[in-house]
Amino acid sequence: MSSKTKSLRTPLGRVRGLGAAKEGVQHWWAQRLTALAIIPLGLWFVGGVLAHLGADQASVQAWLAGPCTGTLAILLLVALFYHSSLGLQVVVEDYCHTEWLKIASLVVIKFAAFFLATLSIISVLKMMFGG
Amino acid sequence: MAELTLPAHSKIREGKRWPAPAGAKRVKTFKVYRWSPDDGENPRVDYYPIDLDKCGPMVLDAIIKIKNEVDPTLTFRRSCREGICGSCAMNIDGTNTLACTKAIEDIDGEVKIYPLPHMPVVKDLVPDLSVPYAQLSSIEPWMKSHSPAPSRERLQSPEDREKLDGLYECILCFCCQTSCPSYWWNGDRYLGPAILLQAYRWIADSRDEATGERLDALEDPFRLYRCHTIMNCTRTCPKGLNPAKAIAEIKRLMVARR
Repeated sequence: MSSKTKSLRTPLGRVRGLGAAKEGVQHWWAQRLTALAIIPLGLWFVGGVLAHLGADQASVQAWLAGPCTGTLAILLLVALFYHSSLGLQVVVEDYCHTEWLKIASLVVIKFAAFFLATLSIISVLKMMFGG
Repeated sequence: MAELTLPAHSKIREGKRWPAPAGAKRVKTFKVYRWSPDDGENPRVDYYPIDLDKCGPMVLDAIIKIKNEVDPTLTFRRSCREGICGSCAMNIDGTNTLACTKAIEDIDGEVKIYPLPHMPVVKDLVPDLSVPYAQLSSIEPWMKSHSPAPSRERLQSPEDREKLDGLYECILCFCCQTSCPSYWWNGDRYLGPAILLQAYRWIADSRDEATGERLDALEDPFRLYRCHTIMNCTRTCPKGLNPAKAIAEIKRLMVARR
């Protein structure tokens, strides 16, 4: 427990606090859905990479540039970055109790996830359409 | 950030080693956490060798014997000595449990006894439970009904009554509550397993008419969703209950009502 127990506010007043935020279900559900999606997509991707062990760059690129494989790769990237940003958010909320650092970390996590997801998706699209 | 080391005034030092009882054949040492708010000292651990041939079978028997015969300054809560009041909840041999139902012979080596973890200590083995009690009040653990009061009992089918099994038996000892890492880190906002099990006890009650309001009050990233299914609560419950399942049921209802 924190040193806030020295406050003269009643325990019930502190516990009731600002009330329920009326959210959290969406976060919880999205985390489970993306986890579920990552299982088959991840297996497919790992299988695909293993099948191309030792292959040259052109054949790996040709594999990922197909309409079906490209779509699956983009879906995997969306699920992965969405899921990891949700998960990292929970870690920060759990362990980081310095308010400014918590907010800064959450912003960095969201921005980094958006940037990396966009970058990797554009890379796949470049392989599909950029030649 | 998370604090990884204890503050200087919380570091536990070696305390007094009491002499072994004369002529004892079966001696077991009880290593007990001691702290008093009155002397300004750091917490310490005292060693009490006890003659098991002159002591009852449970850990509570031993600490009552210590208080009566060895060191009357040892402070702890106890009442029913049969696992129904929840007063003597403490951390014994690394696990939160009731001293009155924990057999001494089930513990190998020294018996290490500490107060329930991560709660402010009032003295020795007595934790300050005012926050969990307030959290219990906050979920309004009583029947709520909008229908006119019936002239006799509120009826419930045997099937609906069965849904309260595994919930109504909770004695509020807070062994689960204080075993939960999420509660350690965010105990001011997360309700914790004991309180969420109580909340579900009323959500699951067919006679209660405030299910929606109860779910509304729990729908919060901290109050409910700090539970990460770590399962310490279920593993430690001295009554064999399953708070983690109750919390999972609440999460399921949150999705079901969308």
